[in-house]
Amino acid sequence: MKPPKFSYHRPGNYAEALDLLDQYGEDAKIMSGGQSLIPILNMRLSTPKHIIDLSRIDDLKGIRQEGNMIVIGGMTRHVEVENSDLIKKKCPLLFEAIRWVGHTQIRNRGTVGGSIAHADPSAELPCVLTALRGEIVIVSKEEEITVSPEEFFLSFLLTSLEPDQLIKEVRFPIIHESCGYAFEEVARRHGDFALVEAAAVIDVDETGRISEALIALGGANAVPFIPEEVERFLIGKKPDETILKEAAVMQLDDLDPEGDIHGSGEYRRHLSGILLEKALCRAADRAMEGVEI
Amino acid sequence: MSVFSIGMNVNADRIEQQNVVSVALNVNGEKMERQIEPRLLLSDFLRDDLGLTGTHVGCEHGVCGACTILVNGESVRSCLMLAVQADGCEIKTVESLSSKDGSLNTIQQAFANNHALQCGFCTPGFLMSIESYMKNNSKQPSDEEIKECISGNLCRCTGYSNIISAIKEAYSSKNSQ
Ligand SMILES: Cc1cc2nc3c(=O)[nH]c(=O)nc-3n(C[C@H](O)[C@H](O)[C@H](O)COP(=O)(O)OP(=O)(O)OC[C@H]3O[C@@H](n4cnc5c(N)ncnc54)[C@H](O)[C@@H]3O)c2cc1C
Ligand code: FES
Ligand code: FES
Repeated sequence: MKPPKFSYHRPGNYAEALDLLDQYGEDAKIMSGGQSLIPILNMRLSTPKHIIDLSRIDDLKGIRQEGNMIVIGGMTRHVEVENSDLIKKKCPLLFEAIRWVGHTQIRNRGTVGGSIAHADPSAELPCVLTALRGEIVIVSKEEEITVSPEEFFLSFLLTSLEPDQLIKEVRFPIIHESCGYAFEEVARRHGDFALVEAAAVIDVDETGRISEALIALGGANAVPFIPEEVERFLIGKKPDETILKEAAVMQLDDLDPEGDIHGSGEYRRHLSGILLEKALCRAADRAMEGVEI
Repeated sequence: MSVFSIGMNVNADRIEQQNVVSVALNVNGEKMERQIEPRLLLSDFLRDDLGLTGTHVGCEHGVCGACTILVNGESVRSCLMLAVQADGCEIKTVESLSSKDGSLNTIQQAFANNHALQCGFCTPGFLMSIESYMKNNSKQPSDEEIKECISGNLCRCTGYSNIISAIKEAYSSKNSQ
């Protein structure tokens, strides 16, 4: 398998990259880690005339805290997230999820911006970003805008990105230290894309009642799904097993997973309930750790 | 002549005419510079341009791990990198593991001792994944950690048990040295 012919551009800074995107637009494809794009090129599912490689743009790399957000540059590799003490401390849900992304060899090159832009419905980062109500910062030559995951993820592998735009950074809200969190997934083999996955954050007040619940399911719909009814239902309740079990299956009818060789749609829906229950239980346990009743 | 230089906004028209770029890199300790087509995969560059056929290609879309090499000390899939992306990088392939006189390194020897290969197609990829793992983890790994280490490599012959035994032996012989 050989990629189609293209011209290769490796801008040394940000402004050059935006100029190139402005110039070539529809005919160009951005390349970050290449871990999704190169298979696509190898199989000739896409034949861009121009490849714009972001790997030499240092401004797009790095992890930093800004107020109550952890900001990750688009060109930051998965392995850097995995090895970051800041992420471990301030964004433990992401820390737990990142190990599920492919294998070491994939995480050594794949990037945060690439994962978000690729928008695979089973990918871990879009699910975590959606659960945490994060933000995606997009730039073009004309403007810089910030969008929510709900605005950004449109459908299976489809986002709101225009041909002249690139993802500058992705912003993950920091959850309060008292919150419990959990990420659960089932894949056929370790490192494969998830069949489905569940991310949950739960906080409890001093009486042990749930004061905050943030949830997302990945792989079950074309885009990460927030079960809002479940989130509302949980507020004010004590997180015992019966309640969490009831909550986990409340919105399964809103899921419409596709079946394939790895599992039927019906199985994925069933699995969504199981994984959400597990995630809620583990998040609630962690949240209750600090509470004396 | 190269129409490409790092950090410069290259002239697209000229690229379209010639469509060659230059790469300067270090492969198994040897510095080199080559003119290549940008679409050339690093795996094909190593095998076809440099004759380093120890790097195997199985699937060419990132799934099997046979093409695993080290780029700046980190394990990566050479079929998921363009050769031009290796510009300025230090590459190590399976050919770098044994000594000049042909004697095997610790992990290669452990593979031989434990019958950890049958057809051998997957072996270069396993060796490079394990090489990078052993460099980063000096402590004897648990079975779970070993499985995680080799999870990105597929083998259709051995059933993995002997590969796991080989890794354990490599660690014990390294630690007793
Ligand atoms: C065997 C294998 C297993 C994998 N398993 C998983 C898994 O379990 N979970 C998972 O989440 N992923 C998995 N991946 C995908 C991997 O995480 C990719 O790294 C990721 O999806 C894309 O990141 P990238 O940097 O490689 O992007 P690229 O491949 O470079 O780009 C992907 C797409 O995003 C666009 N793009 C890239 N960067 C930007 C940007 N900054 N702004 C705008 N557009 C951009 C590109 O134009 C392209 O369309 C796997 C990949 C392989 C090969
Ligand atoms: S040939 Fe590269 S992973 Fe299979
Ligand atoms: S030894 Fe034959 S594929 Fe592994």
